[in-house]
Amino acid sequence: MDFFLLQLLTGLASASSLFLVAAGLTVIFGVTRVVNFAHGSLFMLGAYIAWSILSRLPRTPEHFALGVLATALATAAIGALLEIALLRRLYRAPELLQLLATFGVVLVVQDAALWFWGPVDLAISRPPWLRGAIEIAGLRFPFYDAVLIAVGPAVLGLLLLLFHRTRWGLLVRAATQDRDMVAALGVNQRVLYTSVFALGAGLAGLGGALALPQGSANLQMDLAVVTDAFVVVVVGGMGSLGGAFLAALLIGVLQAFGIVLLPKITLVLVFLVMAAVLVLRPHGLLGRPQTAARSEAEALAPIRPAGAALQAAGLASLALAMAAPFVVGPYLLTVLTEAAIAVLFAASLHLMMGPGGMASFGHAAWFGIGAYAAAFATKALGGGLATGLLLAPLAAGTMALVIGWFVVRMSGVYLAMLTLAFAQIAWAVSFQWVEVTGGDNGILGLWPQGWAMDPRAMYWLALALCVGGALLLRRILFAPFGFALRATRDSPLRAAAIGLDAPRLRLAAFAIAGAAAGLSGAVFAYAKGSVFPTYMAIPHSVDALVAVLLGGVQTMAGPIVGAVAFTVLQSWLLTSEFWRFKLGLLIVLLVLAFPGGIAGAAAAAWNRFRRYQP
Amino acid sequence: MSTLEVRDLRKSFGAIDAVAGLSFTLAPGEMLAVIGPNGAGKSTCFNMLNGQLRPDAGKILLAGPNGTMQDITGLPPREIWRLGVGRTFQITATFASMTVRENVQTALLSHHRRTWRFWRPANRHAGPEADRLLARVGMQSQADRPAGILAYGDLKRLELAIALANAPRLLLMDEPTAGMAPAERTALMTLTRDIARTEGVAVLFTEHDMDVVFGVADRILVLNRGHLIAEGPPAEIRENPEIRAVYLGAHI
Repeated sequence: MDFFLLQLLTGLASASSLFLVAAGLTVIFGVTRVVNFAHGSLFMLGAYIAWSILSRLPRTPEHFALGVLATALATAAIGALLEIALLRRLYRAPELLQLLATFGVVLVVQDAALWFWGPVDLAISRPPWLRGAIEIAGLRFPFYDAVLIAVGPAVLGLLLLLFHRTRWGLLVRAATQDRDMVAALGVNQRVLYTSVFALGAGLAGLGGALALPQGSANLQMDLAVVTDAFVVVVVGGMGSLGGAFLAALLIGVLQAFGIVLLPKITLVLVFLVMAAVLVLRPHGLLGRPQTAARSEAEALAPIRPAGAALQAAGLASLALAMAAPFVVGPYLLTVLTEAAIAVLFAASLHLMMGPGGMASFGHAAWFGIGAYAAAFATKALGGGLATGLLLAPLAAGTMALVIGWFVVRMSGVYLAMLTLAFAQIAWAVSFQWVEVTGGDNGILGLWPQGWAMDPRAMYWLALALCVGGALLLRRILFAPFGFALRATRDSPLRAAAIGLDAPRLRLAAFAIAGAAAGLSGAVFAYAKGSVFPTYMAIPHSVDALVAVLLGGVQTMAGPIVGAVAFTVLQSWLLTSEFWRFKLGLLIVLLVLAFPGGIAGAAAAAWNRFRRYQP
Repeated sequence: MSTLEVRDLRKSFGAIDAVAGLSFTLAPGEMLAVIGPNGAGKSTCFNMLNGQLRPDAGKILLAGPNGTMQDITGLPPREIWRLGVGRTFQITATFASMTVRENVQTALLSHHRRTWRFWRPANRHAGPEADRLLARVGMQSQADRPAGILAYGDLKRLELAIALANAPRLLLMDEPTAGMAPAERTALMTLTRDIARTEGVAVLFTEHDMDVVFGVADRILVLNRGHLIAEGPPAEIRENPEIRAVYLGAHI
């Protein structure tokens, strides 16, 4: 009984922290429809700013409260600045591009924090009042946890008052339901959006500041926090404050018990819960189906097969790529091998994301499953290169078929989050199942024997399989299957009215994309000679997203251009100091300059050029 | 012999009986208009016929190729389409990322059961057949334009071409002329009537423009609050005093 109560209280305390971050995220999404990847960065900034302020103040409760409030205000100001400088320019852009821009911000903030606060974890020295305990039902319980338990409901209450008792709150609720109508009624959207973003950022900062006494400010907290916050928001229902609170309670408490009762699967537990909720309630606990924002109904660009000029350019690049090993040095050859692999990885995501209309935040799962399948084929089965390369797409494709059955019935952000949930589960399995996967140490010594030992041979193999695979995917997109798939994306209503079975088509696309990504993972495993859980981690999924969006999701050449550009950029910047900052800034600038991606911008320029021809 | 037979169809949403016991038949080549004020149950009726909504009660029977009546009640839209029912939507639904011809080709691919092919380019499939359908609705000159940039009236005509791709025996048209200019409206519906006559297609349509309704319909169903309040040829409906009161207004 004592154990039960103690774990429950601990769970409630962490639920409060979760709620603070998730509340900001859900409010921002509800009004602006921006999926703010940088929300965790605002939380991290909150922790760092709180450290800077609190370590300079006297250590009394009053000064602590003041410092925390000041931190919230400071992050709110940063949020407002972010909205005015960047996101405001992107509301008309496709939803996913905003995600990409905010990911750029994540990178920038990471290095900015590193530069400003240094690489060491920063903790405040806790005064006695913070370390004290109180007695609840005869149990000694940390005082600060009790404070946290109170803060969550208090903030929920204040927010509900704000939303239901003020004119501003009325506008926010109206905009959450139908922002175009609110704009048509003459409401100044700019001010509304900026203030909502500032509020959300302030809540994230508050969460970061309040988390400081229990841990430290560090550079890893941004992605960890934003993943948890996404889960809470999605489980609760995007845009629903009450839902976020319920979901935070559910997950906080579940985690508290899970750590004790099922320590082996703690990493998986949260995502299992999310997957279960989404399968039962596709719009979260309290969420409603999203109304399509009318103004965002972007005209879908017509997709045409490559013209003679583009075909010639493609063939020329391919010839250059094939001749590359005779010209470039070993380092550049490694980069080019990675670029070839990235091309297939990105093209496979593009298949489901562009023509399939299913954006995935967890595409690295298939890459990783392919890589591990290749490793098992080599280590456990004693198979050669060919066995691994055959087994990998089979394994990843079969897995994708199973997971896809749940996924393809959803849409939009919910679909993306379910793929993320699965990727996190796969990652956690590879990380925690040490006996089989080697855990963090990975599986080493996968170098192929014989002819493929030569890096040049490996490069040509990667080029043949990956670029060949990407071209095959492209072929599929122009074949009847691709047209049918695109039809279900363009107009689900019409697709059903001409006899197309949308779930089956989407499932097939999902499995094909999974198999192709699995193949790219296997090639990567052999090229690197090893596999690690990081292959399935969020940053790797984001790599694929960046490549596709950078290239342009509405063009067929996009993923190829984007993958090559991103790989080359990354490896070029990787050697320099503060490369994240530069890469992030570059992503942000590219998004602002080319909302249609590089290939999209090139296609538009080419069309303009042709129009001036006689 | 009839193409469509509807028996005592019912659908309620909560306490509201959207369609409360509707029965009618539709013959091959016949143009049947469903009219009624907003909330009369026209759209609900349509959505049950094409499978988007499952009826609470009643039967929908469709003539098969050999003339036997088949129960299609509650089948999903794509199976109803397979059985020979084409439809157009109130708000046009076409594939914006494809050209006009590719839109029709996609429908033909599905009709010919060639959807699950992964190699041969789709736009080489049944080009002449697609062009014939486009010529039929007067859209051949725009075959290579992206559907996303068409004028609204042209989109409506493209929809008709798509709806004809499976050589339907029954055509369901929900407000086919909404948003079109008056001259275009009559042209589209006259064209539809020609197709109905020459190919024996039964056409069921809803329409708010009374000039169109009385101009092309062979028979009219009048719905009000889910009930069928009158049925008959245009001349009869026009003279019915009850209908004048609830719907048409005295000025007609």
